[in-house]
Amino acid sequence: MIKTDVIIIGAGPTGLFAVHQLGIIGLKCEVIDNLDRAGGQCIELYPDKPIYDIPGIPECTGGQLTEGLLKQIKPFKNNFHLGQRVEEVKQENNSWAVKTNSGNIFSAPNIIIAGGVGSFEPRKISLKEAEKFEGKQIFYSVTNKDLFKNKKISIFGGGDSALDWALELSKSNEITLVHRRNEFRGAAHTLSEIKKKEKEGKIKVKTPYSLKSITDGQTMSEIKIEHEDGKVETIGTDYILSFFGLIMKLGPIADWGLNINNKTIPVNTESFQTNKEGIFAIGDICTYPGKLKLILSGFHEAALAARACFKRARPNETYKFEFTTASKSIHGRLGLKK
Amino acid sequence: MPKITYISHEGKKNTAEVAVGSSVMEGAIQNSIEGIDADCGGSMACATCHVYVPENWFDKLEKSQDAEQDMIDMAYEPKKNSRLSCQIIVTKELDGLEVITPIKQT
Repeated sequence: MIKTDVIIIGAGPTGLFAVHQLGIIGLKCEVIDNLDRAGGQCIELYPDKPIYDIPGIPECTGGQLTEGLLKQIKPFKNNFHLGQRVEEVKQENNSWAVKTNSGNIFSAPNIIIAGGVGSFEPRKISLKEAEKFEGKQIFYSVTNKDLFKNKKISIFGGGDSALDWALELSKSNEITLVHRRNEFRGAAHTLSEIKKKEKEGKIKVKTPYSLKSITDGQTMSEIKIEHEDGKVETIGTDYILSFFGLIMKLGPIADWGLNINNKTIPVNTESFQTNKEGIFAIGDICTYPGKLKLILSGFHEAALAARACFKRARPNETYKFEFTTASKSIHGRLGLKK
Repeated sequence: MPKITYISHEGKKNTAEVAVGSSVMEGAIQNSIEGIDADCGGSMACATCHVYVPENWFDKLEKSQDAEQDMIDMAYEPKKNSRLSCQIIVTKELDGLEVITPIKQT
Protein backbone atom coordinates (compact mmCIF):
# COMPACT_ATOMS: atom_id res chain seq x y z
CA MET A 1 0.00 0.00 0.00
CA ILE A 2 1.26 3.47 -0.91
CA LYS A 3 0.71 6.17 1.72
CA THR A 4 0.78 9.82 0.79
CA ASP A 5 -0.75 13.21 1.61
CA VAL A 6 -2.87 13.56 -1.51
CA ILE A 7 -3.98 11.19 -4.26
CA ILE A 8 -4.54 13.01 -7.54
CA ILE A 9 -6.82 11.30 -10.03
CA GLY A 10 -6.10 12.60 -13.52
CA ALA A 11 -2.81 13.77 -15.04
CA GLY A 12 -4.19 16.49 -17.30
CA PRO A 13 -3.03 20.11 -16.98
CA THR A 14 -5.12 20.72 -13.86
CA GLY A 15 -3.89 17.55 -12.11
CA LEU A 16 -0.29 18.41 -13.00
CA PHE A 17 -0.58 21.93 -11.65
CA ALA A 18 -2.11 20.53 -8.46
CA VAL A 19 1.15 18.57 -8.03
CA HIS A 20 2.97 21.90 -8.19
CA GLN A 21 0.73 23.67 -5.72
CA LEU A 22 0.96 20.76 -3.26
CA GLY A 23 4.75 20.62 -3.70
CA ILE A 24 5.11 24.31 -2.98
CA ILE A 25 3.38 23.94 0.37
CA GLY A 26 5.31 20.79 1.24
CA LEU A 27 2.72 18.09 0.62
CA LYS A 28 3.43 14.80 -1.15
CA CYS A 29 1.18 13.29 -3.78
CA GLU A 30 0.74 10.35 -6.13
CA VAL A 31 -0.87 10.81 -9.54
CA ILE A 32 -3.02 8.15 -11.22
CA ASP A 33 -4.26 8.28 -14.83
CA ASN A 34 -5.94 5.82 -17.16
CA LEU A 35 -3.87 6.96 -20.14
CA ASP A 36 -0.31 5.74 -20.55
CA ARG A 37 1.16 9.25 -20.45
CA ALA A 38 0.58 12.54 -18.66
CA GLY A 39 -1.26 15.44 -20.30
CA GLY A 40 -4.90 14.36 -20.46
CA GLN A 41 -6.97 15.88 -23.26
CA CYS A 42 -4.09 18.24 -24.12
CA ILE A 43 -1.92 15.32 -25.18
CA GLU A 44 -4.57 12.85 -26.30
CA LEU A 45 -6.91 15.12 -28.24
CA TYR A 46 -4.98 18.15 -29.38
CA PRO A 47 -1.20 17.77 -28.89
CA ASP A 48 -0.51 19.95 -31.94
CA LYS A 49 -3.33 22.44 -31.69
CA PRO A 50 -2.52 25.89 -30.36
CA ILE A 51 -4.06 27.24 -27.15
CA TYR A 52 -4.24 31.02 -26.81
CA ASP A 53 -5.55 31.62 -23.30
CA ILE A 54 -2.87 30.48 -20.89
CA PRO A 55 -1.83 33.58 -18.91
CA GLY A 56 1.62 34.78 -19.90
CA ILE A 57 1.89 32.36 -22.83
CA PRO A 58 0.48 33.98 -25.98
CA GLU A 59 0.41 30.69 -27.87
CA CYS A 60 1.36 27.09 -27.12
CA THR A 61 0.20 23.63 -28.18
CA GLY A 62 -1.34 21.01 -25.89
CA GLY A 63 1.94 19.12 -26.12
CA GLN A 64 4.06 22.14 -25.19
CA LEU A 65 1.81 23.01 -22.26
CA THR A 66 2.13 19.46 -20.92
CA GLU A 67 5.89 19.52 -21.38
CA GLY A 68 6.10 22.85 -19.50
CA LEU A 69 3.96 21.60 -16.63
CA LEU A 70 6.01 18.41 -16.29
CA LYS A 71 9.19 20.51 -16.15
CA GLN A 72 7.62 22.79 -13.56
CA ILE A 73 6.76 19.90 -11.22
CA LYS A 74 10.04 18.04 -11.67
CA PRO A 75 11.56 19.30 -8.36
CA PHE A 76 8.76 17.60 -6.41
CA LYS A 77 9.62 14.12 -7.72
CA ASN A 78 6.07 12.81 -7.43
CA ASN A 79 5.19 9.34 -8.72
CA PHE A 80 2.94 8.74 -11.71
CA HIS A 81 0.82 5.60 -11.94
CA LEU A 82 -0.20 5.58 -15.57
CA GLY A 83 -2.27 3.17 -17.60
CA GLN A 84 -4.50 2.38 -14.64
CA ARG A 85 -7.96 3.45 -13.69
CA VAL A 86 -9.20 4.10 -10.18
CA GLU A 87 -11.98 1.61 -9.53
CA GLU A 88 -12.75 2.01 -5.85
CA VAL A 89 -12.67 4.80 -3.29
CA LYS A 90 -13.47 3.84 0.30
CA GLN A 91 -13.32 5.65 3.62
CA GLU A 92 -11.03 4.09 6.23
CA ASN A 93 -11.05 5.96 9.55
CA ASN A 94 -9.77 9.42 8.68
CA SER A 95 -8.29 8.44 5.33
CA TRP A 96 -9.37 7.43 1.90
CA ALA A 97 -8.36 4.11 0.38
CA VAL A 98 -8.08 4.05 -3.39
CA LYS A 99 -7.79 0.92 -5.51
CA THR A 100 -6.88 0.83 -9.20
CA ASN A 101 -7.74 -1.80 -11.80
CA SER A 102 -4.16 -3.03 -11.75
CA GLY A 103 -4.50 -3.81 -8.05
CA ASN A 104 -2.48 -0.90 -6.62
CA ILE A 105 -3.78 0.40 -3.31
CA PHE A 106 -3.23 3.93 -2.04
CA SER A 107 -4.08 5.61 1.22
CA ALA A 108 -4.27 9.34 1.89
CA PRO A 109 -6.31 11.84 3.91
CA ASN A 110 -7.09 13.74 0.70
CA ILE A 111 -8.11 12.97 -2.87
CA ILE A 112 -8.11 15.54 -5.64
CA ILE A 113 -10.23 14.46 -8.60
CA ALA A 114 -8.96 16.21 -11.73
CA GLY A 115 -10.65 13.81 -14.07
CA GLY A 116 -11.68 16.14 -16.90
CA VAL A 117 -14.64 14.67 -18.73
CA GLY A 118 -13.80 11.22 -17.40
CA SER A 119 -11.40 8.53 -18.46
CA PHE A 120 -10.53 7.70 -22.03
CA GLU A 121 -11.90 4.36 -23.14
CA PRO A 122 -12.26 2.62 -26.48
CA ARG A 123 -15.49 3.33 -28.28
CA LYS A 124 -17.45 0.11 -28.39
CA ILE A 125 -19.61 -1.46 -31.06
CA SER A 126 -23.13 -0.14 -30.61
CA LEU A 127 -24.91 -3.45 -31.36
CA LYS A 128 -26.44 -4.94 -28.21
CA GLU A 129 -25.21 -8.46 -28.87
CA ALA A 130 -21.61 -7.19 -29.02
CA GLU A 131 -21.46 -6.99 -25.23
CA LYS A 132 -21.88 -10.74 -24.86
CA PHE A 133 -18.84 -11.47 -27.00
CA GLU A 134 -16.60 -8.72 -25.61
CA GLY A 135 -13.30 -10.11 -24.37
CA LYS A 136 -14.13 -13.51 -25.96
CA GLN A 137 -14.57 -12.90 -29.66
CA ILE A 138 -14.74 -9.11 -29.83
CA PHE A 139 -11.73 -7.03 -28.83
CA TYR A 140 -10.99 -3.30 -28.71
CA SER A 141 -7.25 -3.76 -28.29
CA VAL A 142 -4.83 -6.60 -28.84
CA THR A 143 -2.98 -7.86 -25.81
CA ASN A 144 -2.26 -11.41 -26.92
CA LYS A 145 -1.91 -11.88 -30.65
CA ASP A 146 -1.31 -15.63 -30.27
CA LEU A 147 -5.04 -15.94 -29.77
CA PHE A 148 -5.48 -15.14 -33.44
CA LYS A 149 -3.74 -17.91 -35.37
CA ASN A 150 -5.31 -19.33 -38.50
CA LYS A 151 -8.58 -17.58 -37.74
CA LYS A 152 -11.04 -15.47 -39.66
CA ILE A 153 -10.74 -11.94 -38.37
CA SER A 154 -12.87 -8.94 -39.27
CA ILE A 155 -11.22 -5.62 -38.43
CA PHE A 156 -13.29 -2.44 -38.21
CA GLY A 157 -11.96 1.11 -38.45
CA GLY A 158 -10.07 3.35 -40.83
CA GLY A 159 -7.14 4.61 -38.78
CA ASP A 160 -3.64 3.47 -37.95
CA SER A 161 -4.64 0.88 -35.34
CA ALA A 162 -6.99 -0.88 -37.74
CA LEU A 163 -4.50 -0.77 -40.62
CA ASP A 164 -1.47 -1.84 -38.57
CA TRP A 165 -3.25 -4.81 -37.04
CA ALA A 166 -4.70 -5.81 -40.42
CA LEU A 167 -1.15 -5.99 -41.79
CA GLU A 168 0.33 -7.71 -38.76
CA LEU A 169 -2.39 -10.34 -38.43
CA SER A 170 -2.61 -11.01 -42.17
CA LYS A 171 0.58 -13.06 -41.78
CA SER A 172 -1.29 -15.96 -40.25
CA ASN A 173 -4.97 -15.18 -40.65
CA GLU A 174 -7.78 -14.46 -43.06
CA ILE A 175 -8.42 -10.73 -42.69
CA THR A 176 -11.42 -8.66 -43.72
CA LEU A 177 -10.91 -4.93 -43.22
CA VAL A 178 -14.21 -3.04 -43.00
CA HIS A 179 -14.55 0.74 -43.04
CA ARG A 180 -17.55 3.05 -43.38
CA ARG A 181 -16.03 5.11 -46.22
CA ASN A 182 -13.51 4.56 -49.02
CA GLU A 183 -10.75 6.72 -47.55
CA PHE A 184 -8.47 5.39 -44.85
CA ARG A 185 -6.41 7.66 -42.67
CA GLY A 186 -2.99 6.16 -42.21
CA ALA A 187 0.64 6.60 -43.19
CA ALA A 188 1.20 6.41 -46.96
CA HIS A 189 3.52 3.45 -46.50
CA THR A 190 0.91 1.52 -44.49
CA LEU A 191 -1.74 2.21 -47.11
CA SER A 192 0.43 0.90 -49.93
CA GLU A 193 1.20 -2.23 -47.88
CA ILE A 194 -2.53 -2.78 -47.45
CA LYS A 195 -3.05 -2.43 -51.22
CA LYS A 196 -0.30 -4.98 -51.82
CA LYS A 197 -1.83 -7.49 -49.40
CA GLU A 198 -5.20 -6.93 -50.97
CA LYS A 199 -3.80 -7.82 -54.38
CA GLU A 200 -2.17 -10.93 -52.94
CA GLY A 201 -5.54 -11.91 -51.50
CA LYS A 202 -4.27 -11.77 -47.91
CA ILE A 203 -6.61 -8.94 -46.88
CA LYS A 204 -10.14 -8.38 -48.13
CA VAL A 205 -11.02 -4.69 -48.02
CA LYS A 206 -14.72 -3.84 -47.67
CA THR A 207 -15.69 -0.18 -48.07
CA PRO A 208 -17.98 1.66 -47.60
CA TYR A 209 -19.47 -0.93 -45.27
CA SER A 210 -20.48 -0.95 -41.63
CA LEU A 211 -21.40 -3.70 -39.18
CA LYS A 212 -25.08 -4.63 -39.33
CA SER A 213 -25.43 -7.71 -37.15
CA ILE A 214 -23.65 -10.57 -35.43
CA THR A 215 -25.00 -14.11 -35.61
CA ASP A 216 -26.70 -14.94 -32.38
CA GLY A 217 -25.85 -17.99 -30.33
CA GLN A 218 -23.18 -19.04 -27.88
CA THR A 219 -20.33 -18.42 -30.29
CA MET A 220 -20.03 -16.00 -33.16
CA SER A 221 -19.23 -17.56 -36.52
CA GLU A 222 -20.35 -14.95 -38.98
CA ILE A 223 -21.35 -11.32 -39.19
CA LYS A 224 -23.39 -9.23 -41.60
CA ILE A 225 -22.03 -6.00 -43.01
CA GLU A 226 -24.02 -3.42 -44.91
CA HIS A 227 -22.92 -1.33 -47.88
CA GLU A 228 -23.75 2.37 -47.92
CA ASP A 229 -26.39 1.62 -50.59
CA GLY A 230 -28.07 -1.04 -48.42
CA LYS A 231 -26.57 -4.22 -49.87
CA VAL A 232 -25.82 -6.79 -47.14
CA GLU A 233 -22.98 -9.31 -47.12
CA THR A 234 -22.16 -12.16 -44.78
CA ILE A 235 -18.57 -12.57 -43.62
CA GLY A 236 -17.29 -15.65 -41.80
CA THR A 237 -15.75 -14.28 -38.61
CA ASP A 238 -14.13 -15.91 -35.57
CA TYR A 239 -12.93 -12.64 -34.09
CA ILE A 240 -13.86 -8.98 -34.43
CA LEU A 241 -11.27 -6.32 -33.74
CA SER A 242 -12.78 -2.87 -33.57
CA PHE A 243 -10.80 0.38 -33.57
CA PHE A 244 -13.11 3.37 -33.42
CA GLY A 245 -10.88 5.56 -31.28
CA LEU A 246 -11.25 6.70 -27.70
CA ILE A 247 -14.18 8.33 -25.98
CA MET A 248 -14.40 9.91 -22.56
CA LYS A 249 -16.56 8.31 -19.91
CA LEU A 250 -17.16 9.31 -16.32
CA GLY A 251 -16.75 5.63 -15.42
CA PRO A 252 -16.44 4.46 -11.80
CA ILE A 253 -16.32 8.05 -10.43
CA ALA A 254 -20.11 7.86 -10.48
CA ASP A 255 -20.04 5.09 -7.85
CA TRP A 256 -18.03 6.79 -5.10
CA GLY A 257 -20.95 8.38 -3.30
CA LEU A 258 -20.27 11.87 -4.64
CA ASN A 259 -23.04 14.21 -5.67
CA ILE A 260 -23.05 14.26 -9.45
CA ASN A 261 -24.86 16.80 -11.56
CA ASN A 262 -24.95 16.29 -15.32
CA LYS A 263 -21.62 14.40 -15.41
CA THR A 264 -19.91 17.00 -13.17
CA ILE A 265 -19.25 17.16 -9.42
CA PRO A 266 -20.60 20.14 -7.45
CA VAL A 267 -18.00 21.76 -5.15
CA ASN A 268 -17.80 24.78 -2.88
CA THR A 269 -15.62 27.53 -4.29
CA GLU A 270 -13.72 28.12 -1.07
CA SER A 271 -11.89 24.81 -1.03
CA PHE A 272 -13.24 22.87 -4.02
CA GLN A 273 -14.33 20.16 -1.63
CA THR A 274 -17.12 17.84 -2.78
CA ASN A 275 -19.89 16.53 -0.53
CA LYS A 276 -17.28 14.17 0.99
CA GLU A 277 -14.77 15.57 3.42
CA GLY A 278 -11.25 15.27 2.04
CA ILE A 279 -12.37 14.67 -1.55
CA PHE A 280 -11.86 17.66 -3.82
CA ALA A 281 -12.73 18.12 -7.48
CA ILE A 282 -11.02 20.58 -9.83
CA GLY A 283 -10.88 21.34 -13.54
CA ASP A 284 -13.53 20.39 -16.09
CA ILE A 285 -15.06 17.77 -13.82
CA CYS A 286 -16.18 20.21 -11.11
CA THR A 287 -19.10 22.58 -11.25
CA TYR A 288 -20.22 25.65 -9.31
CA PRO A 289 -22.12 28.84 -10.15
CA GLY A 290 -20.16 30.66 -12.85
CA LYS A 291 -17.87 27.72 -13.67
CA LEU A 292 -15.82 28.19 -16.83
CA LYS A 293 -14.32 25.11 -18.45
CA LEU A 294 -10.93 26.66 -19.09
CA ILE A 295 -7.46 25.40 -18.24
CA LEU A 296 -6.73 28.66 -16.42
CA SER A 297 -9.75 28.15 -14.14
CA GLY A 298 -8.42 24.67 -13.37
CA PHE A 299 -5.13 26.19 -12.24
CA HIS A 300 -6.90 28.50 -9.78
CA GLU A 301 -8.98 25.63 -8.50
CA ALA A 302 -5.82 23.53 -8.02
CA ALA A 303 -4.22 26.28 -5.92
CA LEU A 304 -7.17 26.49 -3.55
CA ALA A 305 -7.75 22.74 -3.30
CA ALA A 306 -4.06 22.19 -2.49
CA ARG A 307 -4.25 24.63 0.47
CA ALA A 308 -7.44 22.94 1.66
CA CYS A 309 -5.65 19.57 1.66
CA PHE A 310 -3.10 20.90 4.15
CA LYS A 311 -5.51 20.78 7.08
CA ARG A 312 -6.21 17.05 6.85
CA ALA A 313 -2.65 16.15 5.85
CA ARG A 314 -0.98 18.12 8.69
CA PRO A 315 -3.65 18.38 11.40
CA ASN A 316 -1.14 19.61 13.99
CA GLU A 317 0.31 22.42 11.90
CA THR A 318 -1.11 25.69 10.68
CA TYR A 319 -0.77 26.59 7.05
CA LYS A 320 1.15 29.81 6.48
CA PHE A 321 0.78 31.69 3.22
CA GLU A 322 4.12 32.38 1.49
CA PHE A 323 5.25 33.88 -1.82
CA THR A 324 7.50 31.85 -4.17
CA THR A 325 9.62 34.96 -4.74
CA ALA A 326 10.69 35.27 -1.13
CA SER A 327 10.09 32.08 0.85
CA LYS A 328 13.23 30.16 1.83
CA SER A 329 11.24 27.00 2.54
CA ILE A 330 9.62 27.12 -0.91
CA HIS A 331 13.03 27.65 -2.48
CA GLY A 332 14.24 24.60 -0.59
CA ARG A 333 11.34 22.52 -1.94
CA LEU A 334 12.14 23.73 -5.45
CA GLY A 335 15.74 22.60 -4.94
CA LEU A 336 17.18 26.06 -5.60
CA LYS A 337 20.73 26.74 -4.54
CA LYS A 338 21.26 29.74 -2.30
CA MET B 1 -29.94 36.29 -36.46
CA PRO B 2 -30.31 33.01 -38.35
CA LYS B 3 -32.50 30.43 -36.67
CA ILE B 4 -31.09 26.93 -36.22
CA THR B 5 -33.32 24.03 -35.20
CA TYR B 6 -31.87 21.17 -33.22
CA ILE B 7 -34.01 18.03 -33.40
CA SER B 8 -33.44 15.29 -30.83
CA HIS B 9 -33.44 11.64 -31.90
CA GLU B 10 -36.96 11.47 -30.47
CA GLY B 11 -38.07 14.33 -32.68
CA LYS B 12 -38.17 17.10 -30.04
CA LYS B 13 -37.41 20.45 -31.70
CA ASN B 14 -35.41 23.27 -30.16
CA THR B 15 -34.90 26.42 -32.18
CA ALA B 16 -32.22 28.96 -31.28
CA GLU B 17 -30.97 32.18 -32.81
CA VAL B 18 -27.30 31.77 -33.58
CA ALA B 19 -25.03 34.63 -34.64
CA VAL B 20 -23.48 34.58 -38.09
CA GLY B 21 -19.92 33.32 -37.75
CA SER B 22 -20.65 31.08 -34.76
CA SER B 23 -20.68 27.33 -35.22
CA VAL B 24 -23.81 25.21 -34.90
CA MET B 25 -22.08 23.56 -31.92
CA GLU B 26 -21.53 26.93 -30.19
CA GLY B 27 -25.19 27.78 -30.81
CA ALA B 28 -26.19 24.61 -28.94
CA ILE B 29 -23.83 25.23 -26.00
CA GLN B 30 -24.84 28.90 -25.68
CA ASN B 31 -28.50 27.95 -25.59
CA SER B 32 -28.07 24.90 -23.33
CA ILE B 33 -29.45 22.55 -25.94
CA GLU B 34 -29.05 18.90 -24.98
CA GLY B 35 -27.60 16.26 -27.26
CA ILE B 36 -24.36 18.00 -28.15
CA ASP B 37 -21.50 17.44 -25.70
CA ALA B 38 -18.57 19.20 -27.43
CA ASP B 39 -16.00 17.74 -25.01
CA CYS B 40 -13.00 19.18 -26.83
CA GLY B 41 -14.37 22.69 -27.17
CA GLY B 42 -14.49 22.84 -30.96
CA SER B 43 -10.95 21.79 -31.84
CA MET B 44 -12.25 18.96 -34.04
CA ALA B 45 -10.70 16.42 -31.74
CA CYS B 46 -13.49 14.42 -30.13
CA ALA B 47 -16.59 13.83 -32.32
CA THR B 48 -19.01 14.56 -29.47
CA CYS B 49 -20.80 17.36 -31.35
CA HIS B 50 -21.84 14.90 -34.05
CA VAL B 51 -25.12 15.66 -35.87
CA TYR B 52 -27.03 14.35 -38.87
CA VAL B 53 -28.01 16.91 -41.48
CA PRO B 54 -31.23 16.31 -43.48
CA GLU B 55 -30.68 15.86 -47.21
CA ASN B 56 -32.26 19.18 -48.21
CA TRP B 57 -29.66 21.01 -46.13
CA PHE B 58 -26.66 18.72 -46.44
CA ASP B 59 -25.63 19.92 -49.91
CA LYS B 60 -26.00 23.57 -48.95
CA LEU B 61 -23.23 23.26 -46.36
CA GLU B 62 -19.59 23.80 -47.15
CA LYS B 63 -17.96 20.43 -47.82
CA SER B 64 -16.26 18.74 -44.90
CA GLN B 65 -12.48 18.52 -44.72
CA ASP B 66 -10.69 15.17 -44.53
CA ALA B 67 -9.82 15.79 -40.89
CA GLU B 68 -13.51 16.17 -40.06
CA GLN B 69 -14.33 12.87 -41.80
CA ASP B 70 -11.47 11.25 -39.86
CA MET B 71 -13.11 12.35 -36.63
CA ILE B 72 -16.57 11.29 -37.79
CA ASP B 73 -15.15 7.76 -38.15
CA MET B 74 -15.00 7.79 -34.37
CA ALA B 75 -18.47 9.18 -33.77
CA TYR B 76 -21.35 7.11 -32.43
CA GLU B 77 -23.13 5.55 -35.42
CA PRO B 78 -21.88 7.78 -38.22
CA LYS B 79 -23.99 7.95 -41.38
CA LYS B 80 -23.58 9.41 -44.85
CA ASN B 81 -25.10 12.70 -43.67
CA SER B 82 -22.98 12.97 -40.53
CA ARG B 83 -21.22 16.24 -39.71
CA LEU B 84 -19.44 17.70 -36.72
CA SER B 85 -21.51 20.70 -35.67
CA CYS B 86 -18.36 22.58 -34.60
CA GLN B 87 -17.41 22.70 -38.28
CA ILE B 88 -20.70 24.10 -39.56
CA ILE B 89 -20.34 27.88 -39.47
CA VAL B 90 -23.62 29.77 -39.45
CA THR B 91 -24.25 32.12 -42.40
CA LYS B 92 -27.32 34.10 -43.46
CA GLU B 93 -28.01 31.42 -46.04
CA LEU B 94 -28.28 28.80 -43.31
CA ASP B 95 -31.25 30.53 -41.66
CA GLY B 96 -33.72 27.71 -40.95
CA LEU B 97 -31.09 24.95 -40.87
CA GLU B 98 -32.16 21.78 -39.11
CA VAL B 99 -29.76 19.27 -37.56
CA ILE B 100 -30.61 16.01 -35.83
CA THR B 101 -28.68 14.95 -32.76
CA PRO B 102 -27.80 11.25 -32.42
CA ILE B 103 -29.12 8.91 -29.69
CA LYS B 104 -25.91 9.59 -27.81
CA GLN B 105 -22.53 11.17 -28.32
CA THR B 106 -20.29 8.72 -26.44
